[in-house]
Amino acid sequence: MTALLEIRDLTVCRDNRQVLEINALSVEKGEVLAIIGPNGTGKSSLLLTLARLLQPEKGDLRWDGMPLSALNPLDYRRRIALVLQEPLLLDASVFENIAIGLRYRGLPSDEIRERVNKWLARVGIESLSKRPGARLSGGEAQRVSLARAFVLNPELLLLDEPFSALDAPTRLRLLDDLKSILNETNTTTVLITHDLKEAARLASRVAVMLQGKIVQIGSPQEVFANPASADIAAFLGL
Amino acid sequence: MMELFNSLFSDPEVLEVTLLSLKVSGIATLISLVIGLPLGTLLALAKFPGRSFMLSIINTGMALPPVVVGLAVAMTLWRSGLLGDLRLIYTPAAIIIAQTIIAAPVVTGLTAAALQQLDPRLQLQLLGLGASTPQMVLTLWREARLPLLAALMAGFGSVISEVGASMMVGGNIKGQTRVLTTAIVLETNKGEFERAIILGALLLTITFLINYALTWIQQRGAKQR
Repeated sequence: MTALLEIRDLTVCRDNRQVLEINALSVEKGEVLAIIGPNGTGKSSLLLTLARLLQPEKGDLRWDGMPLSALNPLDYRRRIALVLQEPLLLDASVFENIAIGLRYRGLPSDEIRERVNKWLARVGIESLSKRPGARLSGGEAQRVSLARAFVLNPELLLLDEPFSALDAPTRLRLLDDLKSILNETNTTTVLITHDLKEAARLASRVAVMLQGKIVQIGSPQEVFANPASADIAAFLGL
Repeated sequence: MMELFNSLFSDPEVLEVTLLSLKVSGIATLISLVIGLPLGTLLALAKFPGRSFMLSIINTGMALPPVVVGLAVAMTLWRSGLLGDLRLIYTPAAIIIAQTIIAAPVVTGLTAAALQQLDPRLQLQLLGLGASTPQMVLTLWREARLPLLAALMAGFGSVISEVGASMMVGGNIKGQTRVLTTAIVLETNKGEFERAIILGALLLTITFLINYALTWIQQRGAKQR
């Protein structure tokens, strides 16, 4: 596998406090990398840094071997898609919510209609197309949020705890659907979660993050079977 | 009374005064929008030193007494004043300047408040979907369209019923700078109460329509949530 994104010696500060210190991390093409760790450990800061929405103090970030700084931030952000914990839907129809990223890219309306309709069907919400975004259940809204990201055909998908606000049955159904979409599209994905089951179900590799540092990386089986330290074992509940 | 009402509506001066009021306050509100929408957006979304201070200045400006604005504008436009050479004192342009100074902080402050009510993570989400900064701002304006419309109408409401500044810088000249509010003052001073009452009813109708529209907008916004 080749790396889509490589990170070396990354330091990120927020409000004059260092929140991230990562020596080395790479995201391989086509993989689902889960970043797991307790709340407040800097996982979301890492995701925002990867989305170039948070400026690092220092660090060498490479996209497909090229320094990330050589890419125009907007061009870069148009190659990725971000899904946050809250769907944050616009006060517009479901269709328009899914179309927004395509409209930002100035695509012709025929193509927008075709792509949005395809993803409305793929995530199982065709019947909601005209419904206002504000009148959806939590699960429906998160489906819209996923469709809104996948419709962009992103080279890198960044997911920040997308299911943590949902009830258990809804979460399980969405997890299964997301897994099959990821298998089908082979989208390179970074998933932030504190839910170990979610990580085990979706990810091909897991990186454990404690206090702003990546402390172990491996397949879910490896990490869960052989935690590298007592702290990691404690977080994993072993 | 009914006879007077009818004669007033057929009176070209009443029509003239009403139209001038709407025109002057409408233009002042539009200029306030051109200033207040970008400035309020900047104050709501950007982080820079002095932002809180500027917000408190704007909030103070929202309660500027019109007579104080009238005094400042009159001194500036007075023949011996800083901009005296422009010869704007006692013209509709002078009233527009004074009303813009009154309405701009209202539009700016309410624009900032409207945008600050949106979830701050929405900005990250939009950028993370590939929005450029102008596209993000346009989407946020669209999200806050009802409170932004309310800001605009509140700006108009603050100047259409204002009398102090219009009187001081406009001079209440018949056929030139007489607006509804200054006409009411004049008629009252002359003891022409019936005429004053009818002009007052006209002004009240305009402000009622504005407030009715505002309430309707807010109720519609509340229903959608």
